[in-house]
This record gives sequence, structure tokens and C-alpha cells, in this order.
Amino acid sequence: MISQIYIIPNIKDNRERLFLQSWNSLNLSQKVKSVAIVDSYLIDSKLSNNQILKFSEILTNPIIERFSINKILTKVDKFDYIIEIGFLPGVTDNVGNTARETALDLLHLKKDTDLKIYTSKIFLISGSVKLEDVQKISLSLHNPLIERAYIASFKEIKKYGGLPLKTPKVILEKRIPVINISLKVSDEELVKIGREGILDVTGVRRGPLALDLTSMKVIQEYFKKLGRDPKDIELESLAQTWSEHCKHTIFANPIDDIKDGLYKTYIKGATNLIRKQKGKEDFCVSVFSDNSGAIVFDKDYLVTHKVETHNSPSALDPFGGAITGIVGVNRDTIGFGFGAKPVANVYGFCFGDPLDTRSLYRDKEKTRKMLSPKRIMDGVLRGVNVGGNCSGIPTVSGFVKYDDRFRGKPLVFVGTVGIIPRNLPTPPENKLKRSSYEKRARVGDYIVVVGGRVGADGIHGATFSSVTMDSSSPATAVQIGDPITQKKMSDAIVKEARDLNLYNSITDNGAGGISCSIAEMAKECNGARVDLEKVPLKYPGLQPWQIWISESQERMTLSIPKKKWKIFNKLMESRGVEATIVGEFTNSGKCIVKFKNKTIVDIDLEFLHNGLPTRPLLSKAVANVFQEPISILSKGRMKGGFYTKILEKLLDNKNINSFSFISSQYDHEVQASSVLKPLSGRGRINTDAQIFCPIFSSNKGVVLSTGLYPSYGDISTYHMSACAIDTAIRNAICVGGTLSHLAILDNFCWCSSYDKNRLAQLVESVKACYEYSVGYKTPLISGKDSMFNDFKGYDENGNSVEISIPPTLLISAIGVIKDVRKTVSPEFKNAGDFIYLLGETYDELGASEYYKLLAKMEKNNAIGNNVPKVDLKKNLKTYLVLEEVIQKELINSSLSLTSGGLAIALAKASLGGMLGCKINLEAEPPKGSSASRSIDITLFSESQGRILVTVAPKNISKFEKAVKRIAYKKIGQVYSDDKFIITDLGNKKIIEASVKKLHKIYHSFSNKMQ
Amino acid sequence: MKKIKTKLKKPKVIVLSGYGLNCEEETKFAFDSVGGIADIVHINDLIAKPKILSEYQIMAFPGGFSYGDDTGSGKAYANKLKNHLALELKEFLNRDTLIIGICNGFQILTNLEILPGALTYNKNGKYIDRWVDLKIEGESPWLLNSLGIKNISLPVAHGEGCYIIDEKKYKEMKKNKQIAFTYTKGEICNFQNLEKNPNGAIHDIAGVLGYNGRVLGMMPHPERAMFYYHSPLWQMKKIKGNLKKEGDGILLFKNAINYFKNK
Repeated sequence: MISQIYIIPNIKDNRERLFLQSWNSLNLSQKVKSVAIVDSYLIDSKLSNNQILKFSEILTNPIIERFSINKILTKVDKFDYIIEIGFLPGVTDNVGNTARETALDLLHLKKDTDLKIYTSKIFLISGSVKLEDVQKISLSLHNPLIERAYIASFKEIKKYGGLPLKTPKVILEKRIPVINISLKVSDEELVKIGREGILDVTGVRRGPLALDLTSMKVIQEYFKKLGRDPKDIELESLAQTWSEHCKHTIFANPIDDIKDGLYKTYIKGATNLIRKQKGKEDFCVSVFSDNSGAIVFDKDYLVTHKVETHNSPSALDPFGGAITGIVGVNRDTIGFGFGAKPVANVYGFCFGDPLDTRSLYRDKEKTRKMLSPKRIMDGVLRGVNVGGNCSGIPTVSGFVKYDDRFRGKPLVFVGTVGIIPRNLPTPPENKLKRSSYEKRARVGDYIVVVGGRVGADGIHGATFSSVTMDSSSPATAVQIGDPITQKKMSDAIVKEARDLNLYNSITDNGAGGISCSIAEMAKECNGARVDLEKVPLKYPGLQPWQIWISESQERMTLSIPKKKWKIFNKLMESRGVEATIVGEFTNSGKCIVKFKNKTIVDIDLEFLHNGLPTRPLLSKAVANVFQEPISILSKGRMKGGFYTKILEKLLDNKNINSFSFISSQYDHEVQASSVLKPLSGRGRINTDAQIFCPIFSSNKGVVLSTGLYPSYGDISTYHMSACAIDTAIRNAICVGGTLSHLAILDNFCWCSSYDKNRLAQLVESVKACYEYSVGYKTPLISGKDSMFNDFKGYDENGNSVEISIPPTLLISAIGVIKDVRKTVSPEFKNAGDFIYLLGETYDELGASEYYKLLAKMEKNNAIGNNVPKVDLKKNLKTYLVLEEVIQKELINSSLSLTSGGLAIALAKASLGGMLGCKINLEAEPPKGSSASRSIDITLFSESQGRILVTVAPKNISKFEKAVKRIAYKKIGQVYSDDKFIITDLGNKKIIEASVKKLHKIYHSFSNKMQ
Repeated sequence: MKKIKTKLKKPKVIVLSGYGLNCEEETKFAFDSVGGIADIVHINDLIAKPKILSEYQIMAFPGGFSYGDDTGSGKAYANKLKNHLALELKEFLNRDTLIIGICNGFQILTNLEILPGALTYNKNGKYIDRWVDLKIEGESPWLLNSLGIKNISLPVAHGEGCYIIDEKKYKEMKKNKQIAFTYTKGEICNFQNLEKNPNGAIHDIAGVLGYNGRVLGMMPHPERAMFYYHSPLWQMKKIKGNLKKEGDGILLFKNAINYFKNK
């Protein structure tokens, strides 16, 4: 019997405002007046009416809700239209699962009772809107890739007597489970299989394998030697393991004369050299080998970090892509060593302009519309919100950048920091003597999958993200997140099973699902055998290849000694976590997969992991010279108030101003570890580095910061990368970090990576990573690359459009701080304090926010060419001195100069403390510049290695004694009034602004987004 | 039972966990650090051995996202308790015990109808993390009346913290000193120019009391204000030289432990 329970609010829904605000911005013909939101539970079961009634009662909080069974109209006020949003068949319905658990509990029913619950949200809309308006609203409410919508007018509902009682059950046709694929075919057909996928018996290609002809030929040869055709699942399996996403071929292959490839030569090469140079001071523990990188925290603990990207999934389904991104990278923490505890999340978003309303399509017929930058932004923000907040992990650190070139594909960086004891207890005597990070699956161990179940969601995610997004991008690549399933699993493993010594190895299921995780762990003992029919499924009917490569979320793979299985399974059961034996680790040298006793995969591990042919890459640089913004400067500069206006415009720039609307919707205080928050001071400015204290009994802390300058890459990716490193490091040192205990992570997001110029830019960028990480002795401990962030499609007029992101290197820094009580925040604190600038300013305005603003005003692309260059030796000295004055507690504030230069730094420090200041530029004549440009340079140059600090009068002499070894200038003083004043060499005011006004401008975009 | 109480100097605290509750570790630390002995117990372990509840004097429902707020915040966890531990909870309340529900724990307590009222979506519909100033209104062993402190500042982090109560019941609660805290404009709001009430709660109610003040439910997180460096004001206060030794939140835990220690 099918019944539908409606839970109807008794009180005004506080979410109404948000919905109305968003709908009424959709260009509707009429305004929506009001909306009521009803929760619906569609129940397919044999429950009696009385049982349904009891269940309805327990689902209702009578103070704020009432319920109705099967009849919606009798209990709600009149409305004009109804929109019901539910899930498509097979998509994870978290609320439905929880409701089912509650019903079983309440009615004392067995776990396997035939009871299905499908939930949906019903919007009862009032207003004189038309059907097409409602259709627009419906499109803004759901993503057709994973959700369904039902629209009806009040009249229709009345006529039908309610909503149609249709359950979204998955019905998969029965097909031949495994097919043989002949590779005795032409090269053209091989190319087609590689690019578009295996031709299914239904006549449809299954989606990209992302294998090129060279790889296909190697596979052809391998199976020729075996004397048989590969099975579909074997090809799918190879495609997963060999994908760019998993093998990082561009970083691994020889390029030009770099025969060991970029990764080995420059990334690993740098870290190995630094570790050797540091000798006893080396704090790296586990780098590049595990799911996260780990460094020493103190004598008892390690701290881990990993930053991932989830760009392609977020472009298709922003909410789903972002939430699975954040909970996915949480698993890189849980999967580190024997399981680290996630203690902080970080994020970084690069979006198109959210105010941009131009449309993009994936096909010429304009039937597959891309989501708008605003829609992508909203979905991504919500995804990281739900993922992080629900998991009880503080979202400590983050940034957001905007550029038109991110509208084809956004960049969604997500990262997680973990804490793990260096040694784990060995029960029953419980002595701490097991290394927490050296793990190895043993021959004979069970292969156990723990956590969520497998569905058709997330198929071809790994291969999809290795290609350009176009009309063939698969819908199934979308993954659905369920943070609570993962939270239960994470707690059961990290807080309990780990310390009971119940498993020998553990890894995360990410890209490629179990096909990758099991094959990866099989390396530890040289073989695995899987019985695929044992893998628990969300619904029956999946084909073996789908089960094998599905990226359904919230799963870990463990290697469990047979004699420990019972205890392990009992523990998981009692925590509401599903664990299933799916096979056994062997030493056969092979990866064998059986389905109902029939062998369907039989591949040598050696071929699976090392068979991928090397392909030397060649790069060729194309010089790029930009115009200098000469004309506007000669025209406008001398006019009165010019610089004040420029300052206000820059402060209004989304790449500089506040994103407190993001920071304050992410819980950054759970786990009670917060020391330096994402927002600081009276004026709540976004901090460039954050500090938290993960172990309650210790005053040691962890500092996190980032650096990235996508715009600089237009001029030089070498200097872009150097600046990113310098900035991440400087931001960390500014708040109390130390170079002696600081590591960095690299995330390369590139575009058209087979293009020789893009490869040349990549080589330059990687070389800079080597030079500067070695120079600062900050080892690279973990990294990730996403090489094909390109969009190919059509604009509103059906013209073909190609949009590539600007090459982007994100550098994230993580460091350990001896004493968090010495933390220094960026804003001005006290009237009377003296303001100093540490470091030197050069004529480095190329691609600066100032020049970009001028170019925008002039509608040209004259962004100049003098991109900032990093003077390693000088900056190193500056940073060591900065460390010293912080340790001696001689400064009251410290702010790192980044985008927007000195003027923006002063404005932020000032409005952050809601204190005025008087600055005289005489004290800061720029190096090597003509006098006419000196003000522009002084105010807005983005030269690296500079810090703005304030010092209390009583500490002046001690401070000046400490900084005399480096370049520094006393440039002004903090005042208690509202005046922000900068004067030039002749003491003439060149900037005069009100701090309150600056504060208002700084927060205006964020306030609009609230 | 009495025997245990007189023998043990340190009061025992049960901190519930499981299904997405997530503040159990810091809540345990808070109780331990002020002289209690706190155990984190998974709800399924308590269901398996409900008798252990009689060993405890204090019960804490920590913050978190039990069941991901599916079916309504706190509802599914409360339903689990109702379905399995109704009797034991009643027995616990019948003794001279204390209960605290923080954030999601407060939502659980209202769904259990141990505390009056309900919690719904914040007035702007969004999740919010910020600090608030609280005025202490009620009378309870949990509160700081005895120490003469009237105002404290704590952080909130929630999407559904808007407290709802009908007017008649409110008047009765007010008379009975059952309103634990109200949001007020104090140090934090003045500092960062924030409105006092972050979620639109009726009569600015941030926490309520039941069972003669023995049960406290509150949206703000006292366990996230244990150390002085938790406060957004600490940098400023450090420079001005008026930094307190500890955070405001720890006082609540101290009061609860002292309630038993002083017996």
C-alpha cells in the first residue's frame, strides 16, 4: 500500500524570505507573495493505517507542525501552484533513510522489513504568477540530473484529489551482466572506444574511458598475448586506474629534457632535498605515499593535510559536487595511516561573476544549459556548508576569487587537516608501540567495505574529470553526499576500531571506487580476489562493471585479519555502520574479480599499475606581452580625489572585499579549537591565516594559510607560483607561524594540458615551486592536479565558445605554532600605535588589482607586464625578523600585503579595528621608479615580502632594534577617530576617507549575499 | 545509589554520542577539567545497557547534527530515546540529577518534551556562527547566580535556533524563573556591531530550564568558550591588559560539578 504523510508548518516558515528573494530575482511576470513548505513522506509498505498514524505522530513536533495523511488540501491554506521536488529513482534519499530507521524502531520491525520511504519537499506558492513563472521557479529549485519536479495548479490538485502517489523506484532492465569487447578492430574504433566509451548492447556508448590510442594499443597488445578479448569490466577498470585523475600522467611523463617528469624531479625532488638539508630538524613523516601528507605536531601527535579539487562534479551539480568534495577529502584524513581524526576543513572557490547573466550551453541545439555562475556559487557554498557543518569539523580557513574565465568550469578546492597519535595502542596490553602511519594489507586478510552502499551514482567520475567538459559529459558522474553516514563511519573507525587494532590497512574510496582502492591496497601484499556480488547495493540490477567503478560516497576499504572480523563487525553494527566482506587479499600477483563464481576480471597487478605507456611530452612557450596602462594614468591621475576613488573601488572588488557571508555560515568553532578566526576585529575583516589548537592539553597550535594569483599567470606562471608560495608563507608567519615548522601543499588547476604553451607554463610553474620551496625550506607534503578545466560549448546565439580557466596554482601552508597565546591578528588595536611597513616596494603593478581595475575602466586589456618577483634572500630575512618580534610580543597587529598592495592593507587594518590612521608616503619612496608613478606604485604595487605592523609606543625602541637588519619604514600612526588619511611627499592629502564608509564598502557585496 | 554518591567526590557525567552528535569530546573535556568524571557513551551502548544510567549524576546531550537534522532537528534522536529509553530517562529525572542539552542537545530535549517550546529555522533562514551576549535570567544549579555574574558571552552555531513558545506558557515560565538566558546587547554586540538576537527567538530566549532548574537547554555553546583565546575579544583584551584567565563558558560546568561536590 502506498501512503503519503504531509508535515505542515503551524508557524511562519523563516526560510520563506530566502525563497521569495531568490525567486523574485528570476525575472518572473508577477511576484510570488508567499510560500509554505511541506515535507512529504511517501511510504510503500504493508503497514496498517494505525501504524501509519503512529508514525505520522512521531514525525510531527506538535508545537510547530501538524500532519495529514494522503490528503494535503484539507490541512493547508489555499495556494495557487504546487511544486513537488523529489529525487530521481536511485538517488540517495538521506531523509527517507532516517525516516525508515525511525519507523522500524517505533514499530519494532525487523531491519529487512519491506518498507520504502521516499521524501520530497512541497512548495505551496501563492501569488498571481503564471505557469511559466512556476516552471522557472521549479528549475531554480532542482537539478534535473538528480531530482524530479512535479508542478500543478490548485485546481488540478483539487480535481485529482491530491498529488499522484508514484514511487521513484529504480527499475533496471535485465541485461547480460558482462560482455566481451573485441579489440581486433580498426584504430578509429579503438579511438572511439577510448573517447566515448564501450558500446553497450543497447547501442549507447557508456561514457568516456579517457584512454587515447597509445593506451588502447597497449591494452590491445596485452589481451592479444593472453589470447582473449577483454571483458567490459576489465577495460573500465584499466580506464579508472590509468586515468589522468589517478595516474597524473602529465606530471609523471617525461617532458622536454626532464626525463623523470615534473613530479619526481621538482615536487618530490624538492621535498627530498629539503628533508636531507634539514637533517635532524626534518619534520616530515609521511609525504606523497598516503592519502594525506603528515608532519610532526609534537612528540605524541602528527598533523596531516590534504587539499583536493572537485571542479567537474561541481560544474554539473554544484551542491552534490561540493558536498562530496568536502566529505571526500575528509576520507583522505580518515584514510591516512590507520585513520586520522579530521580537525579542520578548508575551502577555496574560484567562480565566474555571480552577477553575469549570459547563458552557456553544452550542445548546439541549446537543450543542455550550463548553470549560471550565481547558481553554481550558491550550490557550492551550500554543499560545503552541509558537508562541513553536519560532520562536526570546523571550517577554519578559506578564500573566494572571481574571474570571468571560471564561468565555464568553477574551481572548488576542499581540504582537511587531521590529527593522529604517532603510536597506537596494541591491545590487550595497550602499550603504545604500533606506528600509526605504516600500514600493510596481509595475505589472507578479508577485504572489507565499510559505510555507504553502491548505486549508479558517480560512474565515470575519474575519467570524466580527465577530459574537457562538453556535450558528452555523463550525467551519472554526479555523486550524492550523505555526511551523517560518513560521520558514523568516521567515529566508529577513528575513535574506536583504530585503537583496538582491528585492521591492517585502510584506504578511502574516491575516484574509481573500489576498483581503485582495492587495486591500490593489493599492491601492499601483491594480489586480491573480489566476489563482486557481495558488495552491498542501494538497489538491485546494477551491472558488475558499474558496481566495480561506482564512486558512490562514504565508503572505506579495510584489510581485516580473519580472526578479528567478528569483533570488528559487531562494533560496526552497534554504531549503525554497515561492514561487508567482499573478498580476500592474496599474493597471486593478480587482481581477480568474480561475479557469482565466474571470473570477470583477471589482470596482472604489474600491468594494471605499471602498464600505462610513458609518453614524452613537449612544451613550447609563446611569449605574451601586454599593453601598459599609460593613457588613463596621464589623463586621470592628477584629478582631485582620484586615489580615494580608486581605493574605494578596489575595496569594492570581490577579489579583495569581505566574504563574511561565507565565513559566518560555516561553523568554525566546533571542536572548541578556534584561536584566530576567519573573521577578526571590530570590523570583522577576513583573516589571511587562521590558527586553531587541536589538543586541549597543549598550547601548541596549527596555522593554515593560502596563496594564489591566477591573474599573474597571464604574464608569467613562474612568478605567479613564486608569489603564491611567498604569500602563503608570509600569511602564516604574520600571525605567529615559523619557517622552521612550515610545510606547503600544491594544487595545480590547469587547462588544455596537451597544448604545448600550456605545458610550457606548467613547467615554469613547477620549476618555481622547486626553487622557492627549497629556498624557504618549506617541504611540499601533498598535492593534486586537475589538468583539464576547459569548457567547450555554445553561447546564447548558438556560436561555439571555448572557455579555459586561467592556469591556477593554489599553495596551502600548514605549520605548527609553539604557543598560540602569542597569536597576532591583522587589525589595528590601539590609537597611538605606530604603523610600520616591513619589506621593500618595487614597480610591480603588472596584473595587479589596480591595473586590472584601470583596464576594466578603459575597457582594454592593458594589465602591464611587471608582475611581482620574489626576492627570496631578502624576504627570508624579513620573515625571520618578523618571527622574532612576534615571539618577543613587540607588535600589536600584523597584516600581510597581498592583492591591492599597501593602500588596501592599510584600509583593511583600519576598518578591521574601526580606527583611523594618518600615513605619510614620504617615508616610503618606491625603489627605482620615475617620480610621476611613485604614488601609484607605493599605494598599489603588489611587491611580495611586505608586512604592515603596528607597535605600541612603549615597544618602539625594542622593535626598531630588532628590525634594523631588514628594510623597514615607519609610515604613520593609528588614531581613534574615523579619518583615514594618506599624504604624499609634499604633505598633500592624496587619500581622505571615512573608516565607517570604508567598512561599509568592504562588506557591501557580502551583505548583499546574506 | 546513595552509597556511590557519598563515596565519590567526583560527580559522574554521561555525555551521549552517536548518529552525528559531534561536540561530545569538548563537552567531556569541560566537565573533566572542572573536577567531574565524564564518560562518552554511544546511545546504542546505553540502549544495550540502560542500567548504567543510574551511575551518573549529570547527563549531557552535546551539540551536533544528529541524523543530519533529517525529519527535523533533534527529532530522530529524540525518537530513538523515546522508543528505547523512556523509562530510564524518567527514572533519571526523578533523582537529584542535572541534565544539559546544548544546541542540537537542546533540540533533542524539546522534542523529548523534557523542556517546553520548540526550535525552528533562524529568522533569515541561514546557518549562523557568531558570538552572542547573554543575560542570566533563570534560577538553576547550572547558572551563576551564586557567583553574582549577570552577563556572559558565548558562541552560537546553528541553523534552527529560533525558540518558539506560546505567550501563556512564556508568562508561566518567566514567573517560575524558567527562562535561563536571553540574548542581550553586551560586550560582543557592541564590539562587532551585531544585533543582539541572532535567530529571531521569541522574547530573545537563548536557553530554558525545566524540573526546578535541574534541566538546562541552550542554543549557545559554553564548551566553545572554555579558554580565554576562544573569545573574539581576546587579542584586544590582551593588549589592554584585561584578559580573564578562562572563558565564560567553563563557569556553567563548574557550577554543575560544585552542585554535587558541595552536598
